[in-house]
Amino acid sequence: MQTVLRDAGTFLPILLQGLKFTVLVTLGSLALSTVLGLVWALMRVSGIAWLAFVAKMIVNTLRGIPILVQLFYIYFVFPEFGVALTALQASIIGLGIAYSAYHSENFRAGIEAIDHGQIEAAQSIGMGWFMMMRRVILPQAIKVILPPYGNIMIMMLKDSSQASTITVAELTLQGQILASSTFKNMTVYTLVALLYLSMSLPLIAFVGWLERRFGKGARR
Amino acid sequence: MIELSKVTKSFGSHQVLKGITGSVQRGEVVCLIGPSGSGKSTILRCINGLESYDGGAITVDGAKVDRADRSIVGIRTAMAMVFQRFNLFPHRTALENVVEGPIHVKKEPPAEALARGRDLLARVGLADKFGSYPAQLSGGQMQRVAIARALAMQPKAILFDEPTSALDPELVGEVLGVMKSLAEEGMTMLVVTHEMGFAREVADRVLFLDGGVIVEEGAAREVLSAPRNPRTQDFLRRVLKPI
Repeated sequence: MQTVLRDAGTFLPILLQGLKFTVLVTLGSLALSTVLGLVWALMRVSGIAWLAFVAKMIVNTLRGIPILVQLFYIYFVFPEFGVALTALQASIIGLGIAYSAYHSENFRAGIEAIDHGQIEAAQSIGMGWFMMMRRVILPQAIKVILPPYGNIMIMMLKDSSQASTITVAELTLQGQILASSTFKNMTVYTLVALLYLSMSLPLIAFVGWLERRFGKGARR
Repeated sequence: MIELSKVTKSFGSHQVLKGITGSVQRGEVVCLIGPSGSGKSTILRCINGLESYDGGAITVDGAKVDRADRSIVGIRTAMAMVFQRFNLFPHRTALENVVEGPIHVKKEPPAEALARGRDLLARVGLADKFGSYPAQLSGGQMQRVAIARALAMQPKAILFDEPTSALDPELVGEVLGVMKSLAEEGMTMLVVTHEMGFAREVADRVLFLDGGVIVEEGAAREVLSAPRNPRTQDFLRRVLKPI
């Protein structure tokens, strides 16, 4: 037991190095995927047929290719077109683009859940499309959007481990390196798992709170 | 002020409006009555540009209503609309609902808009409800907020789309009372309604619509008391004596 604790003490700083990249990849790709997802969703509900079609094609393509393959494509294939990215950049962009499809579907569902009368009321006082989205539709849709958004956040935190496949030294890859050089598999992977849980459990609690606050049955 | 000339409109293969011609003069109160599905609401929605129309022409003060054209914003702010289901913004208080258009669409100074918004809410009898959210108000109160929201745009006319149809019977009076006082102050109003008492008392003219055409029109008392067209007679008999 003492050895385990001593090992843990030695390994933890190294794993925390990895944790830093896990957080970086998660937050970076979350920001990118949220913005892109909103763009696809707004294109889908724009009422302009070709825009909606383009967005639908993009979302379906992204949903239809494994995230791992998308990461490989960006990291290994893009350089052949002259776009060379660092592993960290590639993982943030790759996960960001891949997850934008899931955000988009969630945002679209939230926007479409708003009563059509709201659109008519906004139009009847002379609002244009963007102002209507910003002032009337999105502030209401956010209550529908938030709980599933939290769930996607949790998935993204865990899927940031896929960045390890393109050499980003995040938590999982640091663990792998440690384990294979020390053969202390149990200690290392237990620590890795605990570190993921230390981030995802609070996040899960936060999503639960969001669901109680905004979900079905909540007042207004 | 509002002119309709041979307006036609179809939803798919179903023609809702089959050549509507009519007008509303400045300061006039006109009621549109008729059985459900006759196209009454569609006419209002076409005037406000919420629906497009297929043929004919609608003009407001000489400007053609075309919902695809930028000019529609000006027409919409001039033709305020009050909806059957109120359509208040649920995430904003009564006062915020009223000043939304003036502040954000018409870019009025907020202090001015807020002062006028409070006056308008007081005028519809809701001086104590500035900070209430729609969910905290009764149907009658919500519809009065909606009327204040329409007035806040300082419109040239207000289009009412069955403003009392979603209300409990005991709340109808408070909304009709506000509408009546607007009429007395000279507001131009086009009202789709099933309230024959209101039409008789307040309207200058009544248009009876059936099957997408105007079957009969004339002074309110004439049309409602002594209808000439058999379809109008039949409709009024059924409305006034339902059992």
